[in-house]
Order: sequence, then C-alpha cells, then structure tokens
Amino acid sequence: MDKPSDNKAWLLVLPAFLLVVFTAIIPMMTVVNYSVQDTFGNNQFFWNGVGWYKELLDPSTELGGRFYTSLGRNLIFSAIILAIEIPLGIVVALSMPREGWSVAACLVIMALPLLIPWNVVGTIWQIFGRSDIGLLGAALNGVGLNYNYVANPLDAWATIIVMDVWHWTSLVALLCYAGLKSIPEAYYQAARIDGASRWAVFRAIQLPKMHRVLLIAVLLRFMDSFMIYTEPFVVTGGGPGNSTTFLSIEVVKIALGQFDLGKAAALSLVYNLVILIVCWVFYTVMTGSRSRPHVLGGSS
Amino acid sequence: MARIDLVDIGHSYAGSDAPEVSHAVKPMSLTWRQGGAYALLGPSGCGKTTLLNIISGIVVPSRGRILFNERDVTSLSTQARNIAQVFQFPVIYDTMTVAQNLAFPLKNRRVPPREIEARVGEIAELLDLTDVLGRKAVGLTADVKQKISLGRGLVRSDVAAILFDEPLTVIDPHLKWQLRSKLKALHRALDVTMIYVTHDQTEAMTFADTVVVMHDGRIMQSGTPAELFERPEHTFVGHFIGSPGMNVLPAEISGREARVAGHTIAMVKSYPTLAANARAELGVRPEFVRLAAPGCGLPVHVERIDNLGRVRIARLRVGDLKLVATVPRGLELTGAASVVFDPARVHVYAESRLVAGAD
Repeated sequence: MDKPSDNKAWLLVLPAFLLVVFTAIIPMMTVVNYSVQDTFGNNQFFWNGVGWYKELLDPSTELGGRFYTSLGRNLIFSAIILAIEIPLGIVVALSMPREGWSVAACLVIMALPLLIPWNVVGTIWQIFGRSDIGLLGAALNGVGLNYNYVANPLDAWATIIVMDVWHWTSLVALLCYAGLKSIPEAYYQAARIDGASRWAVFRAIQLPKMHRVLLIAVLLRFMDSFMIYTEPFVVTGGGPGNSTTFLSIEVVKIALGQFDLGKAAALSLVYNLVILIVCWVFYTVMTGSRSRPHVLGGSS
Repeated sequence: MARIDLVDIGHSYAGSDAPEVSHAVKPMSLTWRQGGAYALLGPSGCGKTTLLNIISGIVVPSRGRILFNERDVTSLSTQARNIAQVFQFPVIYDTMTVAQNLAFPLKNRRVPPREIEARVGEIAELLDLTDVLGRKAVGLTADVKQKISLGRGLVRSDVAAILFDEPLTVIDPHLKWQLRSKLKALHRALDVTMIYVTHDQTEAMTFADTVVVMHDGRIMQSGTPAELFERPEHTFVGHFIGSPGMNVLPAEISGREARVAGHTIAMVKSYPTLAANARAELGVRPEFVRLAAPGCGLPVHVERIDNLGRVRIARLRVGDLKLVATVPRGLELTGAASVVFDPARVHVYAESRLVAGAD
C-alpha cells in the first residue's frame, strides 16, 4: 500500500524542532566552538585544536590535575549518595502505609523536601549547620563533638551528604512506593501460602517488581548528584580549601572566575560525556539480566 | 489430606456486629469431605471468594469455626493450615526459573535440597513442565504460569486441600479444556480435596463431583451436577444453572392442578405442605417444555426462535409471562402455538423454595 505523501507532518514538528535548536543544539555547538579555541579579552579568539582536551586529560598539568581531583570527588560523592539513598528509599517505601488516610499524609510529608528550591535547601542547611547559631551545629558542639563544616573537610562532606539525603531520599521512596503499589494482593497471599519469610517476600516479589522504578531512581539520583552545584556552592562554596569543589563548581570557577572559556568548555563536554557513559553502564548492567529492551517504557 | 468442616461460619467486612444483611458470607455450616472435587458456583459478588479465603486463612471469619480433620484451625495462619491456593491471575516469582518457583515453598520450609529436587522433578512430570524447568518463569504463557502456580501447591506432599479461585480466567479458550481435564486427572491421581471457585457453570459442572451454588452470601444448593439440573431446590439455582435457565411461572396450586395465566395444567403430584398464602411458582426447564401445534396444551404466542447452532430456543409468551422452550429439529412455528410440560419434570416452589410433592 502506498503511503499518502503528505509533508504536513514536518510543519507540525517544526516548533518543537526550533525549540530544541535554540535551547540545546545552538548552545551545545557554541560550547564545542569555545572548546577548540583560546580566548582573550576584547573577544579575541585563537584556534587551539584539541589542545585543551590534551591538557585536560593529562593529570600532570594544572588543568588536568584539577579535573581528575574533582572527578574523583564527584564519583565518591555519587557513590555515597547512591549507597545511602537507594536502600534508605526502599526501606522508607516498604514501611509506608498501604491504605487509609495516612497514605495521603505520608505522601505530602515525603514530597515536601522535593518542593523546596535547591538554593533554599542550601541556605537552610548552611544556617542549620552553623556552629554558633545553627540548631544542628550548636547541638553537636553542645554534646561535645567538635563540628565545624567551615573548617573541617570531613564535616563539610558529612553536611552536604546528609543534606542531599534529606533532600532526595523522598524521590527514591516515592518511586519505590509506586512500584510497590502496583503489586497485586494475590502475590502476597500466594507468598504467605508458600510459607515465605518477610525477607523472601522482599527478594522474590517486591524487589523484582520494583526493578523498573529502581532503575529510574538510580539513573536520576546518579545524574543529579553527579551534577550537584547549588547546594555545596551555597553551604561551603567549594571549601574548606578545595575539599568540596565538585566538577560543576570547577567549571564555573574556570569559566566565570578566570574567564578561560576554552578550558571550561572542554571540561563541560568531558563532564557531559562522563555522565552519559556512567548512565549507559548503569542502564546496561541493570537491564542486562532481562532481554527486554524497553525497560524504561511501560507502566512504571 | 483433610476433611474440612465449616461450623456456623459467617463473615462481614464491616465487623462481627454488623447486621446480617451486610454479611459477605451469611452464617452457614458445611462439610467438605476428604478427597472431594468441589465447585463453588455463583455470580460475581455472591461471597464465594470470601468463603474460599476463609478456608485458606487469608480472611479470618467474623464468626464460627473451621475444622480440618476435627482440628480447630480458625485462628491459624494460612501457612500453618497447609493449604494451596491458585489465584485468578497466575502468581509466579519473576526472577526465578520454573524449577526455583516450584522449589520455593519447600525451600521456605527448610526441606533438604535432595528431597526438593526429587519432588520438583516429580511434580514437573505430573504437570508436563519438565521441558521448561530451566527457563525463567516470566516469559512463559499464561497457561504454563498457571500450571506453575498449581505446581507450587502440589509440591508440598502434606497439602490438606487445593483451592482454586477462578483459575482459568486468563487462559485461552482452547487451552481451558486441556487444563481442566488436567485438573480432573490430577484430582483422581492425588486423592486431594479440591475446591474450585467459578462463575462459569460449564467449568463447575465438568470439574466437580459436588457443586455448591451460592447467591448473596448464602448457599442455595449443594449437589451433583445432575441434581442441580434435575431438582433445583431454589428458583435461583434453576435460573442460574442451565442455558437458558429454568422457566419460573407464578401459579396457583390446588390439588393436582396448577393455574398459570388463567389456564389449568394437570400435575402428577399434590402439594399438601404448600401454605395457602405462600407465593407459589411452577418451575420447568426449557428442555422439558415441548412446543406443539395450537390446541395441544397451554396456548402460547411464539415471539421468535433463536438458532444457537446445536440447539434452537423458542421465546414464547403466555399472557404477560415469558417462557422459553427448546425446539426439536424440523419443527417450524410462528404466531399461535401451544406447549406441553413433561409432568414429571415440573417443580413447585413456595417463596422460591422447592416444595416436595406427595403421590
């Protein structure tokens, strides 16, 4: 059968296409353009080829050194965030009520942190953690712990991690809760009849049924935590020293602090690539055991 | 292996002190003998699934006791009762292979691995699952999944009874027959009590030795398929069993005569126990209504004749009453006709309950 030749479809796609062009493709290409040039004041540009990339990937240079150290911080940070938030989110979802009025109450309370703007979250914790007037900081010092996130890198990390857990565990929990709600009651009844323990029910029913939403949770939490900027910027400003300077903060420092647009552009692109690669690895590993290619689609 | 007694069992989802009208299962007593094949038959919402869940222990009844071999199990958990249940939608453990699925109940009960393996092999053989034992259960078709659910019940050698909650709902029609005969064969081979919940009378009649018909939380009749067909104890059973169901006609009974829509029909029995002010009805199945030329019996008007392939059904009218009759091959009638009831097959109901006749 011949398809009717009607090119109206292209016209209908045009607005969306233009939007993508102006919001994604043109800015992205500008960054690519910057990354192969050296910039000076007065809008002077000089061709630099892959020079910035070479420097970036060579740990012995100043730029490369900063890149690898920050990348390491990012990877450690994301690993800690995933290791805490995913299990914690599952536990929270499992202990949430399954019916009754308390469901709505729980959902609202869980959603609250997600509704707060990121820089406000940062400000809340910045004040909360201050050792002179902050409730948390003052209390910790009051019980004899020497806590000061401005001076001690470990305290700074702890503060940012706890803040992120407070901010984002709800998302994981809500996703898992949605996954749990989709399990028909018959599964639990059958498991009871089969004599399954609480742990066996979790392993054999709940975890497999949460598989899809967990994949989404892991990807979202990885991407977000790997791109973290606002909260550490507000709380610690990347310090003390450079101890909480993540790649995103590094990019801003290079681009807007030093006005090295070429270096910053090269770093941005590599940064972007790292996120894509890690996400691809997660996706492949988590869907590898199943031969279905459309895990992200469907009813999750 | 167990005999199951329900003693004065009743259940209301609104709590034990709720009025009886609101009970999902109205107070009843019933015995399921060891090794029987039972069907619980009734329309949606009649309480049959609740009754099944009371037996399996998923629902704790608000009143009464359940005995397994005279032992009171009312307060025991599902697990401790040793029953198996197959649900409407196949329940399988996605991440496990078929073999692991079958082994799951035994593993949970800490049976030694060697024994598990032997038992799983045996059950797989019985259910024709040997070929797929090593495969992931998630990719299999609904009928195979349902066999796995059944298998998980059967692997436990000590299982007291197997309960089925409309297990063929999601199975393709041509496989329903196969699976049903498989169940029947298993029942003969294993001598285990099976209770099968369904709203499909064909399923109930072909599977069970004893069919228990429920309506509105009450047991209407419990008997063999033939008994339900030939002697419905309640007009509901008459309606519900058979396709089309029994004709129920308001009537006045006096002596050996019944008056229906102003016409008199002779009866072979008299009904001395029938109370004078009771609402009396005649019940006769379409199979026992003979359609004839006008003037042979009760005059009727033929509204239409439906050809159902295997059988033809005449829709008739006597005054304001509707009547259904099967039409023999070759007979063509329109407009005025008459019907004759097979006198031995006519039942009398008072307030919807069967009244015994006297010779």
